[in-house]
Parts: sequence; C-alpha cells; structure tokens
Amino acid sequence: MTTEAFVISLLNGVSYGLLLFMLSSGLTLIFSMMGVLNFAHASFYMLGAYVGYTVSGFVGFWPALVLAPLAVGLLGAGFERFALRRVHKFGHVPELLITFGLSFVVLELVQLVWGRSAVPYALPPLLDGPLFTLFGTQFPRSRAFIMLVAVFMLVALWLLLTRTRVGLVIQAALTHPEMVEALGHNVPRVLMMVFGGGAALAALAGVIGGNTYVTEPGMANAVGAIVFVVVVVGGMGSLAGAFLASLLIGVLQNFAVALDYSMIDVLAQVGHQVGPGSAGYALLKLKISQVAPILPFLLLVLMLVFRPRGLLGTREG
Amino acid sequence: MNTSTAHSFHFKPYNVGRWVIWGGFALLLIVAPQVFRSGLSLTLLSQMGYMVIICLSYNLLLGQGGMLSFGHAVYTGLGAFFAVHAMNLASSGSLPLPLPLIPLVGGLAGLGVAALLGYPSTKKAGTPFAMITLGVGELVFAMSLMFPEFFGGEGGVSANRVYDTRLFGIGFGPATQVYYLIAFYTFVCTAAMFAFTRTPLGRMLNAVRDNPERVEFVGYDTQRVRYLAFMISGFFAGIGGAFVAINFEIVTAETVSAIRSGGYLLFTFLGGATFFFGPIIGAVLLVMSSVLLSEITPAWQIYLGFVFLFMVMYAPGGVASLIMMNLRVAAFGKLGRLWTSYLALGGAGAVLLAALSLVVEIVYHLQLDSSGDGSVKFFGVMLNVSSVDVWVGIALVVATALGLFEFVRRSFLHEWGEAQTEIEKEIKRREAAL
Repeated sequence: MTTEAFVISLLNGVSYGLLLFMLSSGLTLIFSMMGVLNFAHASFYMLGAYVGYTVSGFVGFWPALVLAPLAVGLLGAGFERFALRRVHKFGHVPELLITFGLSFVVLELVQLVWGRSAVPYALPPLLDGPLFTLFGTQFPRSRAFIMLVAVFMLVALWLLLTRTRVGLVIQAALTHPEMVEALGHNVPRVLMMVFGGGAALAALAGVIGGNTYVTEPGMANAVGAIVFVVVVVGGMGSLAGAFLASLLIGVLQNFAVALDYSMIDVLAQVGHQVGPGSAGYALLKLKISQVAPILPFLLLVLMLVFRPRGLLGTREG
Repeated sequence: MNTSTAHSFHFKPYNVGRWVIWGGFALLLIVAPQVFRSGLSLTLLSQMGYMVIICLSYNLLLGQGGMLSFGHAVYTGLGAFFAVHAMNLASSGSLPLPLPLIPLVGGLAGLGVAALLGYPSTKKAGTPFAMITLGVGELVFAMSLMFPEFFGGEGGVSANRVYDTRLFGIGFGPATQVYYLIAFYTFVCTAAMFAFTRTPLGRMLNAVRDNPERVEFVGYDTQRVRYLAFMISGFFAGIGGAFVAINFEIVTAETVSAIRSGGYLLFTFLGGATFFFGPIIGAVLLVMSSVLLSEITPAWQIYLGFVFLFMVMYAPGGVASLIMMNLRVAAFGKLGRLWTSYLALGGAGAVLLAALSLVVEIVYHLQLDSSGDGSVKFFGVMLNVSSVDVWVGIALVVATALGLFEFVRRSFLHEWGEAQTEIEKEIKRREAAL
C-alpha cells in the first residue's frame, strides 16, 4: 500500500467514523438515560436524509441542514411522548419491540413516499468537488464537511452537557432520576428532550451523509447494524467508548476495502503455495476487501467473548 | 431403592381437556386439506405447518426465556441450507437418506450452529442479547454472500425432493404427501416443545426470564440455562427451516437475512408470546398476510407495521392474550354487557382503518403513477387528488375518525375496567367461600 492510498484511506475512515459517532452518540445518550436501545435510531438517520432532500429542494441545502434535524427531532420527541412512554411500564423487551416496530414503519413509509430506489440527493455546489489532491488522489470536500460538522457537534454536545444548566440536569437525571425529580425538575420531559435531541443528531448525520453517500431505503439497515456494533464495542452507555469504537470501525472498514490481499498471498510470501485443491481454499482465497463487510460483526463477537463490557464500558449490561 | 414407601397415593385425574385439545389439533392437521381442497390452500396449509414450528421455536426464546432475538433466521436459514445440500447428496446417491429424515438433518444443523453461535450470544440477557443476535445475524448474512460454494450466491441452491432413496415407497412428488409430512412434524414438534416447557429446564428458563438474580442465588447458572434453551430452539428452528427447502426446493441467501428474522419476531409477538399457543396464531397470520393480504394491497407491510405498533402499546400479550382475556370475561358472564362497547369500538376502528388506508393507498398510487392525471380509484369512487378539496376532505375524515376512535376507546376502557374489577371481586369471594 502506497503512502497516498494510506493517507486517503485514513481520512476516509476518520470521516466515516465521525459520521458513525454522530449516530452512536445519540444512541448512547438515550441508552444510558432511559435504558432503551433505540432500534429505530438509524431510521431517524434515514428520515433526516430524505427530509433533507425534500426540504433542500424547496429552500436549498443550508436551511435544510437546520430544518430537517429540527423536524425529525420533533418526530422523535413525539414518538417518545405518545408511544415509548406508554410501554415503559411493561419493561425493556416491549421498549425494544416498539422501536423495532417504528423502524419497520419508517422504512415502509419512506418507500411509500419517496419510492423504492435511490433519490437524486445532490451535493450543494460549495461541497461538490475535491478539497485537495494528495499525490494524485482526491479527497472530496463533502467528507471534510462531515468531519467539520461532527467535530463541531461533538464540542457543542460536550459544552452543553458540562457547561450549561440543562446539561447538568441531564447528567444528574442519568444517575439520580428520583433526586432530580425531588428537586422539581420534570424528568420525563428531560427524557423526551434527550430522545428528540438524539433523533435530531441522527437526522443531522443523515442530511450530510445522505448526499455524500447515497439516499436509499436500504441506508438505515446498512448503517443501523454497524451503529449497534459501535455501541457494544465501545461499551454500553460510554460516550468516549462510542467515539473510539466509531473511529476504529470507520478506519478498519475503509482500510479493509482498500486492501486487495488474501491469505494465499500471505502464504506465498512465506514460501507456501496454495492451489484450488488445497484444504480450506474457499476460505483462503477471500481477499480482505471481500471480508470487509463482516469485520465489524466479527469484532463484535470477539469483543463479547474476550471483553464483554466493551472498550471503555464500566458495567456488564 | 425401597419400593414400599414409594407407594404414596397420588390423585391423578384423567386430563380430559388436554386429550381434547391435542386430539383436536391432530384432527385439524389431518382434516384441513380435505376441507380446503384447492391448490392454493394446500400451499398455504403447508407453509403454515412449518411456520408454526419456526414461530414456536422462536417463542422458546422470546416468550419462555425473555430473550428477544433479532437473528432467528440464522438457525432456520442454515437448517434450510444443510437440508438442501443433504437432499442433493441423497439424490446423487452418495447419502442413503429418505426425505422424511431430511428435517432432522436441518434440525441437527440448527442445533450445531446454535451451539457454536449461541455461546457468545447467550452470555448476556435483555438488551445486549438482542444486539448480539442482531450482529450475529448480520455476520452470517454477510458471509452468505462470501461463500457461494455453500450458499449458492445470488441464485441460491436448488434441489429435487423426489429421489430414489425412499421410506415405505413414498415419493413425495405430490404436494399432499409433502403436506402430511409437514403436518406430522408440526404435531410432533409442537408436542415436544410443549413438553419442554413442562420439564425442570423449561421451568427454570421461565425463572431466568422472570428473576435471574434469584435463580443465581438458588444455585443455577443463568447463562447455562439460556444456552441450553437457545440450542433447543435452534434445533426446532432448523427443522422448520428444512421444510422451507423441502417445500420450495430452492434456498436463497435471503433465507438467513435480517428481514426474515424480523418477520418471525413480528408475527410471534402478534400471535402472543405470553401463551404457548400464541405463536401458532402468529404463524397462521404470517402466511395469511404474506400471501393473501399482499394480493389485496401492495402496501400491506405498512398496515402490518401499524398493527404491530398498536399491539405493543395496547395489547402486549398479542392475539392470544386478547382471546384469553375475553374468555375470562365470558366465563364470568360479563361478555353480554360489553358487546355494545365492542360494537362501537369495532365500528370506530373500521372507520379509522378506512380513513388511514385511504391516505396510504392514495400516496402509494401517486408514488407508482406520478405521470398520471392525478385521479385515484378508492372503493369504486374516483378521487382527483390534484385538487385541494380532496385533501381537505381526507384530513377531515382522518381527524373525525381519530377523534371518534379515541372517544369510543376511552368509554370501552372504562367498561372493561369495571368488568375486570367485578371479576377480581368475584374471584376473591369464591376463594373466601372455600
């Protein structure tokens, strides 16, 4: 692998990892506050992309960057208020089930309203084209923009959680909900806001991810499973862990796609020739780029076997 | 062992109810294809048969063990793949295995895969378990595209269920013969799974679901109980999956996909996870809706999704719990008082359903035919959806229907609650009288 390919893969990986973190941060916050694993989190990401596409058709991309997350955040808050809160008393499994149902309904609604194929969600002129060219390989502006937005969001979230009154109430409600309630704060409303905020963050990721990658009904499923892997690998409920795991998986996947080697090549290096007749040829002939889709899940299983609490998790689920 | 003291007298009445129910179930399985004679109904009945096995095996996890799995299709799907390869080996003559034993191959494959993947999966319960099964499901699905030698790539693996190695000379060419094979396995597997829920392990599984901490104090290893249950569930899932291979004679990678897993979850829950017979209703609903409802409207999955959301919110016990609750009300003779409320609820529900389906069908029509003149036919009425009038009208209909339904729902809830309190009182009175 050459240096420029290495740098470009690294940049692509970091940009994808930061996009994953925009999703997993909301998911982690919701999980650690409400104990609810929001199965529909990636659906909010998809809704963000589609709503962003439609809204930017009317008012342009930049207003849509604000309006679409707001709209999806309101939807998320409404879902928490009228559906999720209702099943809270039944326990965790019904809570998971209702978010699963939501993901199912959102997928069908998106297909109903926007169709089953990808929509032409184009980049705005300012983000179209390469940002810089490194040894002849281009790095697109849109990916740099994702990094910018993600870092900005990360800092804003951190400031919100640690430097404002609202953030302190949220933090307190994480660990001592009864005490916070006794002090006169409306904890259910805080939960609703956190859920809506998480949905809005996912939608923001969708608005900028939708035109950088592709806006299609399959996007929620594609990214949803990866985000769950991030949350488990990082450690359930740990924001810093989610950040590490997002970057790790983003970089891992982008490097794996770029690597065109198989075990046969490795064995040939050490002087061992493998032909189609050898044992395990089907396994050995796979190139790393072909294995790329399963790497996150393999990491998940290995993590659960050897370190069940995740990278930075403090408790075992 | 001293046998003389073991002669303590047990009063064991002949359990008539059990014989009637299981006899009725067997009779239903035997008679059903004689009553519904068309080719379509035989197809439906065959699918229902093995879906019953699959949904019941799923409910061993969800209902009996409280384990919400998002990857059950892994075990049914791999069972199907092993079964289809076994069929191919058998028809090439290298494996002397008659068709009636192929489901056992699928079952053993499901058991083996569950033994392998179940170990990391069942380390945790609750939410982590759900996420792990999701990840494992995605892992297997991604692998299915990586190993075309086993999974057959895009086209899948096909086989022929009619081959030379036979048991009692039955060829299993006609669909009726396949149906009776499925029916036999459905009955045996249902009985076996019911029996499992009565074993000490089955009971302990319920305890692990309800209070894992206490189970640990009693001295059991919850992880081990979950693991054993997971393997048993995988075995039955594999049997169900093998019938997918036998019935369709082709298995594609889609069989192990997350969409299938989601379908099993959805319908097992709709049928009712809290009762043993709930998944049987779920399996019937699954086949009915995926074959018949999809004929009526192409947007059937939206309705399904909304029904599911509605059920999770208002009837978390599924259809089975609705039946049982009403049976209880009927047993105490209170159903007569509730029927007017039911009528109102049903009427309001029908209006609401009509209003919502109007919206869905119009949007669907617009999506499919955006170049048309903007007119949509709904229940024989032509609507010009490009005019504002129609949209205002639709909004009014939906709002009215929602309001009406909410009003009726509240009054129904009131009546229902009153009936329930009276029943509770009656039960207390009877207990006191004893």
